[in-house]
Amino acid sequence: MGPVQCVLAPLGFAAIALAVPSNRWRPATLPLGALCHLAIVITVVARGDDGSTGGWLLLDPLAKLVLLTVALLFLCCALYAPGYLRIRSDRPNRRLCAGLLLQVAMLSLVAMSHHLGLLWVALEATTLTSAPLLYFNHTPRALEAAWKYLLIGSVGIALALLGSFFLAYSALAAQLPSLLHFDELVAMAPQLSKPWLHAAFVTLLVGYGTKMGLAPMHTWKPDAYGEAPGILGAMLAGGVTTGAFVALLRLLTIMHAAGERAFVAPILVFMGLLSMVFAAVFMVRQKDIKRMLAYSSVEHMGILVLGAGLGGLALFGALYHMLNNALTKGVMFLSVGNIHRAFNSKSTDVVTGALGRVPASAALFLTGFLAITGSPPFGPFVSEFTIARAAFGSGQFVAGGFYLALLMAVFLGMGSTVLSVVQGQTPPRDSASPDHADRPSLVLPIVLALLLVLLLGVWLPGPLRELLLAAAAQVEGRP
Amino acid sequence: MNHTIDALLVLVVLLNFLALATSRLMALIRASALQGVVLACVALFAHPEIGPQALLIAGGTFAVKAIAVPLLLMRAIRDVTIRREVEPLIGFTASLLLGGLGAGLALVFSSHLPLAPEHAETQIVPAAFATVFAGFLMLTSRQKAITQVVGYMFLDNGIFLFGLLLIEAMPVLVELGVLLDLVVGVFVMGIIMHRIQRTFSTINTTQFSTLRE
Repeated sequence: MGPVQCVLAPLGFAAIALAVPSNRWRPATLPLGALCHLAIVITVVARGDDGSTGGWLLLDPLAKLVLLTVALLFLCCALYAPGYLRIRSDRPNRRLCAGLLLQVAMLSLVAMSHHLGLLWVALEATTLTSAPLLYFNHTPRALEAAWKYLLIGSVGIALALLGSFFLAYSALAAQLPSLLHFDELVAMAPQLSKPWLHAAFVTLLVGYGTKMGLAPMHTWKPDAYGEAPGILGAMLAGGVTTGAFVALLRLLTIMHAAGERAFVAPILVFMGLLSMVFAAVFMVRQKDIKRMLAYSSVEHMGILVLGAGLGGLALFGALYHMLNNALTKGVMFLSVGNIHRAFNSKSTDVVTGALGRVPASAALFLTGFLAITGSPPFGPFVSEFTIARAAFGSGQFVAGGFYLALLMAVFLGMGSTVLSVVQGQTPPRDSASPDHADRPSLVLPIVLALLLVLLLGVWLPGPLRELLLAAAAQVEGRP
Repeated sequence: MNHTIDALLVLVVLLNFLALATSRLMALIRASALQGVVLACVALFAHPEIGPQALLIAGGTFAVKAIAVPLLLMRAIRDVTIRREVEPLIGFTASLLLGGLGAGLALVFSSHLPLAPEHAETQIVPAAFATVFAGFLMLTSRQKAITQVVGYMFLDNGIFLFGLLLIEAMPVLVELGVLLDLVVGVFVMGIIMHRIQRTFSTINTTQFSTLRE
């Protein structure tokens, strides 16, 4: 078992999904593929660092952390998938099943890639596999969302390619051998040509930031998440954005090694807070539940970048938050999917009193909201609190103050929408529409995700803590 | 050798201007195809010697940028039966002027960036920036989905041009991966464009106003 298997296993299951002729049995490839992927990931993560360098695919601490994040989130989504696709048996699901597995394969490749060109190719591949999936529902709105996602995502990722070229050229301009191999770039970072390095940082931040959905490059996000099926929304908000964040962390590692901390930190802190401001503003009176989740995702991308910019303990918090955010987004998107189906609407004008119609999903949605906005005892509380503590502990009171105020603003804005969905008078059921009551196959996977989030909040396992510390140290170039 | 490349680069920039000034979609696609041909030649000459690697990259570029993508786009406009870009957000003369301004700025900007001694003579960097800028201009100021895709192609051509400075840094595998991603990207865009036409009976993305905040 090695890094290659983490990519090949989901690829193989994607091929099987394409080959299976039965629309009814095909969704079974998703949980099988997810279990197989998770098993391989746990095997390679548990095995110690083999210390090899120079390869294109390496299992360093950051790679292991991201692999775990993606594998756990995908497991929850994949367990949910068969139940969901049985309800949606009217639609062919070949593209969705194969696409999701392909997406996981490419995300695993992103996580382990130590060649910036390969990383770029893999991340672009996630854009290309996701766009057709957004069109799963075949509505004009889904089409519009898919187009925006594809075009804006492609332009962002094209800029990231330009930035990668700048990075390679910064070596050439300093009379060093030009290359895109990550470890060698880190090794010779101090000698890289500064103007090109700065240009590369800005271009890559805009490029991968677009993919991540940082404000003001987030405009595709509400549309895409608003129209995506719940599973895809969860994978986009928890998985693909994590992949783009990893790309930024690789860049940050090079910048730290080059001694450019003073240049990058203020930019990252500013971008992080700006995303939180955008999220807080657009969250107020948001009538569309899925779009609200999209702005919540913008907020949490902001928190990740803010933590990375503050550095030190905050970086540890950001990495921890990456894991928490992914799993909590799983809870949110999947439970909203259930509510959306039960009411045949995602507007708060129609959806009220969800507790009366789908009590389990509504309760999970409410708990997920409490978790994602940082209420104890869930994981995001610990990671968000860690970032705040790091900000104040290192004397960055302005950033810390803004951060806490924005967290509070988002909590209030999101809370009013969530409460109006969950509580209140349940409208009488439209007898023509099919009954979509809670059923175990569509509730238990969400419970699993929520339990993981809860577990991360009350008890951080020792090996995971070691992994987080090692990954944070790796990014900042500390031994 | 540098003279050949510089002459080709002038062609690249002129094709940018042509693309910015034309309203006819066929002419636009032809301009992007022609730029693909020129880029394949530049890729061939940019290599220190014409070996198998140079032929592979130049051939791949030619196949993707001069044949595959233009064919896909031409098929797309045949399917959707439109011929002209009408009512761009920025007029054609204005975009031409902006494109010229962008090319000038690219010259100024790139003179401030330190170049490796072996590249001090070539104009690849300003030509690349000018092409990236032209692509951005098309992406943001045109309304037809297809013109936006062509704009994306120009953006990508500019980036490819810059990438030629790094021939040694980019193993063939990665370069071909980049080209493949481009074809698949345009292919997926083509499919979606077709759906847009069928669903909205137009490929004007201004119709896309349902999902506004």
